[in-house]
Amino acid sequence: MNATANTVPNFASDQEVRWCPGCGDFAILAQMKKVLPTLGVKPENTVVVSGIGCSSRFPYYLETYGMHGIHGRAPAIATGLKRTRPDLQVWVVTGDGDALSIGCTHLLHALRRNVDIKILLFNNRIYGLTKGQFSPTSLPGLVTSSTPMGTAHEPLHPLSIALASNATFVARSVDTNAKHLGEVLRRAAAHRGSAFVEIYQNCHIFNDGAFDFAKNPAIRDDHIVAIAHGEPLVFGKNRDKGIRLDVAGPEVVTLGGEYNEPDLLVHDEKADTNTIAQMIAGMRHPLMPEAIGVLRDVDRPTHNDLMRDKTPDPKSRETAVNRLLHGGETWTVA
Amino acid sequence: MEIDEKVRESQAKSPVDVEAVVIRFAGDSGDGMQLAGTQVAVSSALMGNDIATFPDFPAEIRAPRGTPAGVSGFQVQFASRQIMTPGDTVDVLVAMNPAALKANLGNLKAQGTIVIDIDAFDAKGLRLAKYDENPVENGSLDEFQVIEAPITSQTRKAVEQLGIGHKIATRCRNFFAMGIIYWLYGRDLTATTRYIDSKFTGEVAEADKLALRAGWHYGETTEAFERSYQVPAASQAPGTYRNVTGNEALALGLMSAAHLSGKDLFYSAYPITPASDILHRVSRFTECGARTFQAEDEIAAICSAIGAAFGGAMGTTGSSGPGIALKTEALGLAVMLELPLLVINVQRGGPSTGLPTKVEQTDLLQAVTGRNGEAPMPVLAPSSPGDCFNIVIEAWRIATKLMTPVMILSDAFTANGAEPWRIPDITTLEAIEIEHPKSPTGMEPFRPYDRNEWLARPWALPGTPGLTHRIGGIEKADGTGAISYDPLNHEKMVKLRADKIEKTALLTPDLEIAGPESGELLVVSWGGTFGACQEAIVQAQRDGLSVAHVHLRCLNPLPRGLGAILKRYKTVLAPELNLGQLRQLVRAKYLVDVRGLNKVRGQPFWIGDITTEIHRLLGQEK
Repeated sequence: MNATANTVPNFASDQEVRWCPGCGDFAILAQMKKVLPTLGVKPENTVVVSGIGCSSRFPYYLETYGMHGIHGRAPAIATGLKRTRPDLQVWVVTGDGDALSIGCTHLLHALRRNVDIKILLFNNRIYGLTKGQFSPTSLPGLVTSSTPMGTAHEPLHPLSIALASNATFVARSVDTNAKHLGEVLRRAAAHRGSAFVEIYQNCHIFNDGAFDFAKNPAIRDDHIVAIAHGEPLVFGKNRDKGIRLDVAGPEVVTLGGEYNEPDLLVHDEKADTNTIAQMIAGMRHPLMPEAIGVLRDVDRPTHNDLMRDKTPDPKSRETAVNRLLHGGETWTVA
Repeated sequence: MEIDEKVRESQAKSPVDVEAVVIRFAGDSGDGMQLAGTQVAVSSALMGNDIATFPDFPAEIRAPRGTPAGVSGFQVQFASRQIMTPGDTVDVLVAMNPAALKANLGNLKAQGTIVIDIDAFDAKGLRLAKYDENPVENGSLDEFQVIEAPITSQTRKAVEQLGIGHKIATRCRNFFAMGIIYWLYGRDLTATTRYIDSKFTGEVAEADKLALRAGWHYGETTEAFERSYQVPAASQAPGTYRNVTGNEALALGLMSAAHLSGKDLFYSAYPITPASDILHRVSRFTECGARTFQAEDEIAAICSAIGAAFGGAMGTTGSSGPGIALKTEALGLAVMLELPLLVINVQRGGPSTGLPTKVEQTDLLQAVTGRNGEAPMPVLAPSSPGDCFNIVIEAWRIATKLMTPVMILSDAFTANGAEPWRIPDITTLEAIEIEHPKSPTGMEPFRPYDRNEWLARPWALPGTPGLTHRIGGIEKADGTGAISYDPLNHEKMVKLRADKIEKTALLTPDLEIAGPESGELLVVSWGGTFGACQEAIVQAQRDGLSVAHVHLRCLNPLPRGLGAILKRYKTVLAPELNLGQLRQLVRAKYLVDVRGLNKVRGQPFWIGDITTEIHRLLGQEK
């Protein structure tokens, strides 16, 4: 990580990073520092906006313009910024509580409007900064500081919500899967329109091991499927399993017997409708392997495209303002 | 034009000059009463009268027909002298049904005129209005001059030739009623005819024009009226004029302030009565480069404006009390970020949903103190519809000079009321100078929380090389802006932010005292009650009473010199449409025992409310 920081000093700020040692956020920060210099966007044209929570300290640690806002509101702040400054590349860093509980509305609306911002949701399925209460993505039964008898309710699923909001770019990656995460971040940056990335992030203080199935090298290959456009959904340590689309939905099949690769679902991230993407997003551990990679990447006019704002030069604006002031019925007193 | 000749002809007979007239149109909320009143106002203004209007309508778009709860009213005063209010009492009440009569009779002058649609005074209409017997027949209206006009049937007859349906024909009733008033007060029909042609087409436009003329002829030929009247032009300063409502003037002010400061206007809002109209208007200013954003909620509205401000635009948002409550946390963020931002609150009756379409001044303490932490911001209030234009420009000048959010407190009365407004010359208005720091030449790190002589920090814009920095809601170290939990630094920053807001007083005009410099009684007013207070004081002074008036346009900080002024009078009276919020602030700050005149009925002050209190306080009860 130190080596990364040394090779790209221009995106690393001088602030002391204050996450708990061992936090998954460090790995994500390292990837961002690696990816940002490769995008062709200068630090001064990059803005990182966040809400409240552990992940939302992110802007302080990058030498870009940044705003650490209020709880849940980063997408709204970013929307106003991008609307008036289309020249900037705007990132939003948020967490499961920030984006799906207190700020859920803003996430949905930023995505449906296709505001050209990149939203990274660090999902650790817990409230960290406030010391370990359940979050909207916590699984039922999880014992937390506010649910000593176990969390009661069904969780929200970020990818399903993003797809339901008709987001044009939806992806998932894992904090410590450096190569995969780096590629997903690059894809998100390259997307024109809202990009939504869920990152499985381990909070080893309050919810350690929440994503063991996706992170533990010994077992992860049997529990996650890395999807790629135009490729069949194959997974497993020995790449001997796949996802087939049955009339009842996606099902896991073993390859080599009744089914082979040509029988499998081939991923199409460009599909006009997001029906299949929703099915993939609905594959959940432990019943199914969970998908990582880009679920959807389609073109749609951005918020700014649709608003068609004009920027008249001062002289023609003066004429236009003058016309406004004289609108309606007027009369002159000599 | 045939009508023009008739105007001259009928006025040549025996029109009587009157100085000022108050008309109130009242009917169901779908009866077009707002249109009728607005058209009388425009036509009168074009004839050179001073005008003031008071739309008074229920929150429901189509409230239960025929019931007092559903009555929509529009009051307009036009005069041959300067007027500051739409008038305390009504000369002519136009009542389109029994409920409208019932709801508005109380405001009618003694011996005033009532024009009723007698067709609507049937058993059903009377029952819906909960009249046990017909007020037209039982002698209860004997003190008034009642004109029983068959408005509905005459309208239908007038448009019969077009062969249109009953429903459309009936919908033109308001134009027939207007026609009667236009004849009675010699109003010119030209502007309203032009309006009809611009808003409607085909047989609807034809029907409206026929109804308007039929109403006029009804007034002229039926001899229901003994005579007609005329209101000569008022003397006005030279210039080009138009009518504006407060919300209209706010919208124009926003666009003009953006232009004067060379900024892109970003106006973000969530629909709410009575502020939505600002959003509607600014959304049409696209040719001027305005960017509007109808956000998903009040919080997103202000947060997107903060985002726009960070990027260097003129970030603005508007709402009413309940919406401002939702914006509160973000307002605190803006205070902490020290970014310029305008927040408009068009106050309405509260608390909670309260009285959405009615006026109150009950959000003053919310504006001044309603945030967590020590979070001061300048608070300004326009004194009339036209003043809304000036106040926005003033507020934006302060916001950018001091790098702070500024709250503007309008109200439903000011927002919806209209008055003639002298159109300013945009080319001669003083520019709003804004400086953004440039890329540094040396190696010294940029300090986003360094301060200038106004204690304002630099507004460094994303995109500028060498000035990358992070801001946020956590306390900053003085100068560097780095996160700091240091106790002494926090206290220093709290005081710096407070001291900075105090400097607002240096950017606002000195107070003006209308009346004696010292003496018996000083009336202190703020916001939209200005007109009623001003007229009341002029009347009291004419009655020989020692009373002075000072009006506050800046509520936080309170203006320079106010403390000294207050101490020069034996009694200080603060009339407010709340339970004494300014009184509380002034008492706390200056230890002066201010008296209150407080009204919270969802109605504006009448001039008489204030003159009565002045007379009472000075022992000169009328």
